[in-house]
Amino acid sequence: MNEIHQEDTHRAIERVARESYGRLVAYLSVHTHDLASAEDALSNALVSALNHWPQDGVPKNPEAWLLTAARHSLIDVIRHQRVILESEPTLKFLTENSTETTLATQFSDERLKLLFVCAHPAIDPAMHTPLMLQTVLGLHAARIAQAFLIAPKTMGQRLFRAKTKIRSGGIPFEIPQERDLPERLDAVLEAIYAAFGIGWDDMVGTDQRGRNLAEEALWLVRALLQLMPGEPEVQGLLALMLHCEGRRPTRRGPDGRYIPLSEQDPKQWSLPLIEEAEHHLAEAFKHGRSGKFQLEAAIQSVHAERAHTGQTDWAAIALFYEQLLRISPALGTRAGYAAAVAEARGPEAGLAVLDTIDLEEISSFQPYWAVRAHLLQRLGKTSEASDAYDRAIGLAEDPAVREFLLQKRR
Amino acid sequence: MQFALMIYHTPEEFDMRENYSHPHLGAWRAYYKALVAAGVYVGGNALELPETGTTVRVKEGKRRVQDGPYADTKEQLAGFIFLELPSLDAALEWAARCPGASIGAVEVRPLAPEAMRRGFTGE
Repeated sequence: MNEIHQEDTHRAIERVARESYGRLVAYLSVHTHDLASAEDALSNALVSALNHWPQDGVPKNPEAWLLTAARHSLIDVIRHQRVILESEPTLKFLTENSTETTLATQFSDERLKLLFVCAHPAIDPAMHTPLMLQTVLGLHAARIAQAFLIAPKTMGQRLFRAKTKIRSGGIPFEIPQERDLPERLDAVLEAIYAAFGIGWDDMVGTDQRGRNLAEEALWLVRALLQLMPGEPEVQGLLALMLHCEGRRPTRRGPDGRYIPLSEQDPKQWSLPLIEEAEHHLAEAFKHGRSGKFQLEAAIQSVHAERAHTGQTDWAAIALFYEQLLRISPALGTRAGYAAAVAEARGPEAGLAVLDTIDLEEISSFQPYWAVRAHLLQRLGKTSEASDAYDRAIGLAEDPAVREFLLQKRR
Repeated sequence: MQFALMIYHTPEEFDMRENYSHPHLGAWRAYYKALVAAGVYVGGNALELPETGTTVRVKEGKRRVQDGPYADTKEQLAGFIFLELPSLDAALEWAARCPGASIGAVEVRPLAPEAMRRGFTGE
C-alpha cells in the first residue's frame, strides 16, 4: 500500500462524508426521529470506511456502502437498547432492502425534512443553525461553538438537549403544509443566513462577525435550492450571499486593514460571483413574490452596479430598505435604512431615522453607533461624534474595524 | 449574575503598556465607555507588572516568600473587570469585544454563587 493511494482514499472518504452526511443522517433518522443515534451510526460507518477502504479499495457506490454500514450499526444499537417491542417498525425499516444492490441506485433524499426539523418552532431559534451545521454537514460541536462564540461544552449540551427534544417531543419529520410553509421556510433561511455571518457591510465601517462558515452556508442554500427550486426566497438568499461573497476579498487591504464598502475598488470584486447573483435574483423576481432576502439581495445588487456606473443609487437603496422595513423591522435594517437615507437626503434625515430607535434596544448594538458617529461627524458635531465613535469602537469585536473607527474619530 | 473577565497580556503588551503612547489606549477607553453605557460594568482595575508581584506561602508554620507572580507563564494577569450580565453567552460577547482578547487572552469566569461567597465573608 503506497502513501499516495492512502491519501486518495482518505480524500475519497472526506468527499463522500461531505456530500452524503446530511442525506444519510436524514434518511437514517426520518423514521426513528433519533438524530444522535443516526449520527453515531454514521460516524461508526465512517470509521469502518477508514479501516476497510484503504485495503479493499473505494467501493463503487461509497454512499450505499456507508448507508449499509450505518444501518448495521444502528440495528446493533437498537437491539442493545432492549426496547424491541417499541422498535419493531424501526428494525423492520432498517433491515428490509438492506442488501447493497437495492440501496445502490437511489434512496430518497430526506434532507429537506431534516432542514425543517432543525428550524422547527419548538426548538430554540438560537439552536437552529448549530443543529443544521451538525446534522446536515457533520460539523463538530467545538467548531460550531467557535463560530457562535459559545463555550464548547455548553454548545455540546445544547445540541444534545435539542436532539432529545426532537426525539421525544413529537417534532414531525415532514415538509410543512402550504399554509405554514412561508413561515417555516423563513426559519430555515434565517438559520442558513446566520451561518453565513456577514452583515451590514453597506454601512460605514460597522462590525462584522465573521463566522468563517460562509462556505458551509453557501453549500446549504445551494442544496436547499435543489430541493425547492420554485421558492423565490431561497434563490434570493443565494443571490444575497453571492453578492457578499463577490466582495469579500476587497474588505481587507493587503495589510489586513479594514476597507468599508464605499472605499472598495469595484474592479477588485469578483464579476463571475456577482453575475451569478444577478442571475438568481432575476429568476427569483420572476415569481412576483417579493420577500426579505430578495430585497436584501436587491440592495446588494444596487451596490454592485457601481462596478459599471461608478456611482451608487442611494435613493433606490433607501426605497428597498423601506419595503424591507415593512416585512422585518430588525435593528440592522433600521440602521441600514438610516445610512441610506443619509446618503440620499443628507445626514440630518439619516439622524432623524436613527432617533426613532429606542435607546434601550441599541445600548449594545454596534452598527447603530457606527452610523450615528459617521453622521454626527458629517454635521460637524465633533464632540457628540466622538462619543458615538467611542461606543462603536468599544462594541467592535474585530481589531481591524476598531482601528478603522479609531482613525475616523480623530 | 456576576462574571470576572481576567485579562492576560504577553510581555510585549506589558512593555507597550508602560509608555503612555500606548497604541491600544483609545480602544480600552472606548471599551470601558461602552461597558458603562450598557449598564453592565461593576468594577475592575489594571495590575502592576507581573515582576512586581510577590508570592507568599505558609508551610508547616514557616513563611515562604517568593519574588514574582504565582505562575511562571508567558501570558500573565494584567487586570480584571467585573460585569453584571444575564448569562455566560453575554459575558463571552463582551470578552470578545475586549481589546485584550485580540492581543492576549481573556478568561471569563462566573463569580462563585452568592451563598458560597457569603459563607466566606460571614456576612
